Amino acid sequence: MQSKMRESDPILEVQNLSASTDNLPILKGVSLTVYPGEIHAIMGRNGCGKSTLSKIIAGHPSYNITNGDIKFLGENINSLEPEERAQSGIFLGFQYPIEIPGVSNLEFLRVSTNARRKFLNKEELDTFDFEELVKEKLEIVKMNHAFLSRSVNQGFSGGEKKRNEILQMALLEPKVAILDETDSGLDIDALRIVASGIKKISNAQTGIILITHYQRLLDEIKPNYVHVMSDGQIIKTGESDLALELEEKGYEWTDNFIKET
Amino acid sequence: MVNENLVKDVVKEPYKYGFVTDIETEKIEKGLNEDIIKLISQKKEEPKFLLDFRLKAFKKWQKMKEPDWAALGYKKIDYQDIIYYSAPKQKEKISSLDEVDPKLLETFDKLGIPLTEQKKLTNVAVDAVFDSVSIATTFREELAKHGVIFCSISEAVKNHADLIEKYLGTVVPASDNYFAALNSAVFSDGSFVYIPKGVTCPMDLSSYFRINSGDSGQFERTLIIAEESSSVSYLEGCTAPMFDTNTLHAAVVELIALDDASIKYSTVQNWYAGDEKGIGGIFNFVTKRGKCLGKRSKISWSQVETGSAITWKYPSCLLLGEESVGEFYSVALTNNLQQADTGTKMIHIGPKTKSTIVSKGISAGNSKNSYRGLVKMGTKATGSRNYSQCDSMLIGDQASANTFPYIKSQQPNSEIEHEASTCRISEDQLFYLQSRGIEFEEAVSMMVSGFCRDVFNQLPMEFAAEADKLLALKLEGSVG
Repeated sequence: MQSKMRESDPILEVQNLSASTDNLPILKGVSLTVYPGEIHAIMGRNGCGKSTLSKIIAGHPSYNITNGDIKFLGENINSLEPEERAQSGIFLGFQYPIEIPGVSNLEFLRVSTNARRKFLNKEELDTFDFEELVKEKLEIVKMNHAFLSRSVNQGFSGGEKKRNEILQMALLEPKVAILDETDSGLDIDALRIVASGIKKISNAQTGIILITHYQRLLDEIKPNYVHVMSDGQIIKTGESDLALELEEKGYEWTDNFIKET
Repeated sequence: MVNENLVKDVVKEPYKYGFVTDIETEKIEKGLNEDIIKLISQKKEEPKFLLDFRLKAFKKWQKMKEPDWAALGYKKIDYQDIIYYSAPKQKEKISSLDEVDPKLLETFDKLGIPLTEQKKLTNVAVDAVFDSVSIATTFREELAKHGVIFCSISEAVKNHADLIEKYLGTVVPASDNYFAALNSAVFSDGSFVYIPKGVTCPMDLSSYFRINSGDSGQFERTLIIAEESSSVSYLEGCTAPMFDTNTLHAAVVELIALDDASIKYSTVQNWYAGDEKGIGGIFNFVTKRGKCLGKRSKISWSQVETGSAITWKYPSCLLLGEESVGEFYSVALTNNLQQADTGTKMIHIGPKTKSTIVSKGISAGNSKNSYRGLVKMGTKATGSRNYSQCDSMLIGDQASANTFPYIKSQQPNSEIEHEASTCRISEDQLFYLQSRGIEFEEAVSMMVSGFCRDVFNQLPMEFAAEADKLLALKLEGSVG
């Protein structure tokens, strides 16, 4: 499936990636290639390494790459700092967005947006211009302006935190977005808002990786590819109907694949 | 746990104010005894009442013991190995700035405190103190038009002896504590402020204290009097060169607010803190206290303490007047091997008095940062209220933070509320900000200024910006 001919160059290439934390191997040879315009879903049980994969791509310092490469737009990024990866267009939507007391959401969004704009050689925005931009983006996630004056994620409900993540994605306009269980903890209405937000932000140039347990997000955003992870490896890759089959048969079904391999 | 290696890579910004001014100075011999005190008093041509004040204080000091209750550890100070008077040599009587040694003006220029007519700050009057003497005070004529007196305390002794005699030592008596007694015996210079009845001081007043010589202590004394219905905002800044020896700084600040008067006293303390191994740095033992004597009077302390090897400092309020208000807003940051034991005392004596304490301690490196505070409600303090909030932030896993809140209430009809918290900058928080393109150092400083926001909001505008920058600078390379 991954070898299918595509017209443009890949955005993200994960090649035979192995990684560990505290000498405990978590990833054991993961390969994944994302081309512009593609939506990939990664599914799997808790603890299979899905979230770790997303954190390693974003550059989390707690993990060591023991083997393999991560390439972004053809360049090896194994040793780049998280902020350098973010500035160049990698976005990680957190499963549990972090609260930062005392730091205003508006200021946080402005500083991060400007860091990305600086990288793109675009003019940095002052508070007034940023205000205009953020107003427009708030529409996408149907968020109230009052969110901006609060501290980053502090006291936000689960759904508000996830919407704030999508707002950040909208502002940063990444080349590739990895959304780690963005659907968890959302009610049906919030899920629709988030899903439609993701669709509005993504385009033919962006790649999306959705990490999820459930079919319901994939009903809203149809993936081109579905990967099933188990014990630090991708054990099966298919098209969107694989997710449906998985939903029906459960992860126990996938245990057979491991035996096969 | 914050990534150690990442942190060690970051290069530490050197202390910007560490230079020494090469200037001929007049120093008296080392040591402390009655003759030395008489000599200081004689050099300053003081009236007899002041010499008596000094000698009495010295007698008390000799009978006192250096306090050891603070959570501080340091080498014993040899009080006979200190020079108690050091002044740059200049003409006997200086009538204008033109006669001040250009080297001194240059020094203050370098510190960002230009004093000359052409360059002086436009919205702040400055009293510049160099070692034991005041060099210059700007905007004096302008202030005099409003009846405001702003001069060095030595001049005030000569020209306003009545006010000095009436108020000196009434807020911090010489016998108050070991360091206050020492200061009372040997104090050299400092600032004097008098705001007459009904006057709102037309500009901020500021003192800048510079220690230049390595072997002499600085013992400044500041006295601010706000008459009925007057108000003033006073700022204080401090720096010192980098020496590998410790220099003693023992100051006393007294504030007096009469009916409906208000005094706002802000400090940015950036004395040399010593190097990363804890060598050198200022020993900062300071007694600051304000007396809300009048009804509805208000004294507000705000401080940003980032320097000194040792800080021992508890700016306090005596709330005597009915409905008087005391405030204390503090950010204390320690890094490397710095130690700070700082806080406040709010002594509620009059009825319906109110006090607020907001303290933010940040400890990084191997430093030790303690908040120590006392809230006391006296028998007559009916309907009085206190609110205290003490938060600590730890950066890295080698630093320590303590909170010692003492509460004494003799008045059941009063309220005391205390909140405390400790937090640590987590790797997850840093990673979250970094994953949004924000540089590591900026991420740390964003979180630190967020933590300090409540206090920074209380600082005068220019000070707040400076404080923000100062914290970022001090923390560079500290996160580990």
